[in-house]
Amino acid sequence: MNSQELKTKIESFGIEITFPEEESQFLTLIVNPNQLHQLAKQLKENIDTSFDYMFCQTGIDWLENMEVVYHLRSTSKEHEVVVRTQITDRENPTLDSVYDLWKTADFHEREIFDLLGIRFNNHPDLRRIFLDDDWEGYPLRKDYVDEINIVEL
Amino acid sequence: MGIDNSNSVTPEQNPELPKDFPGEVIAAGNGGNIVVTSIDTIINWSRANSLWPLVFGTSCCAIEMMATGASKHDWARFGTEVARATPRQADLIVIAGTIVNKMGPVLKRLYDQMAEPKYVIAMGACAISGGPFYYNSYSVIKGADHVIPVDVYVPGCPPRPEALLYGIMELQKKIKTESISNPRDPMQGFI
Repeated sequence: MNSQELKTKIESFGIEITFPEEESQFLTLIVNPNQLHQLAKQLKENIDTSFDYMFCQTGIDWLENMEVVYHLRSTSKEHEVVVRTQITDRENPTLDSVYDLWKTADFHEREIFDLLGIRFNNHPDLRRIFLDDDWEGYPLRKDYVDEINIVEL
Repeated sequence: MGIDNSNSVTPEQNPELPKDFPGEVIAAGNGGNIVVTSIDTIINWSRANSLWPLVFGTSCCAIEMMATGASKHDWARFGTEVARATPRQADLIVIAGTIVNKMGPVLKRLYDQMAEPKYVIAMGACAISGGPFYYNSYSVIKGADHVIPVDVYVPGCPPRPEALLYGIMELQKKIKTESISNPRDPMQGFI
């Protein structure tokens, strides 16, 4: 399916979605964090979209909110889509895990948790993946301070 | 008795000898020759020309180090021949890449496991100072010499194979100044 057909199809899911104005390589959807898992499940299981492969999952700190970006691809239909979701609670950001849909989310979500501190509900083994277990704080957050190791430019 | 060395020939006098020949040749008559040298010269000569590097590369400098070992540049021409996968058999560790905080203890342990004499080349900006990760990084050690003592620094990001070969040649020069009567302690002066 091309982007326009995908857009029409995904709008028919009945989930509240916005489409950003700016040009991008893939069709991009913005969804509320509480409806993210529902949308992801539909995208994977609907026969017309059948996004069976998540090729990237990223966390971003935008200072005013935290964002998680999902890059999805269908290996049978050969189309891609990007799903973005923004969490406003910086103190205790939580999101539903998509581990039950794409197993690759296991390590991706551990990495996002490790570096940005976003917690994923229903993740089977949410603990630090790169940093030491006793590390304090989340170093990729914009407000992270470490006076010993970091030389500020 | 004693050896009459009035016939002795140094490399400068005999163009057939290579310039770095570690000793003198004394013509003993009847077509035979005697080679005379000092223990220091012969040990340093053999150590400098059989440096066995450890298989150790932590980032893109390692690709350049592999190119140095491959056929086009071929560091075996300088005796830096067989890369060893165990520190027990290696004399030289080329720190080819970024050393992060988690890698620091591993590097120190590998260095401690190497038998003396042992030498270290810090290859590239990351191993020298942290390089591009010097500022605003929470995870990178700002110079491998915070962990182990370094003999030769090879600048570059990454250095070309020629630069690494030059670093190896500088290390060989350094090795040739050693003496067994005053063995070198690699940790001397290292805090």
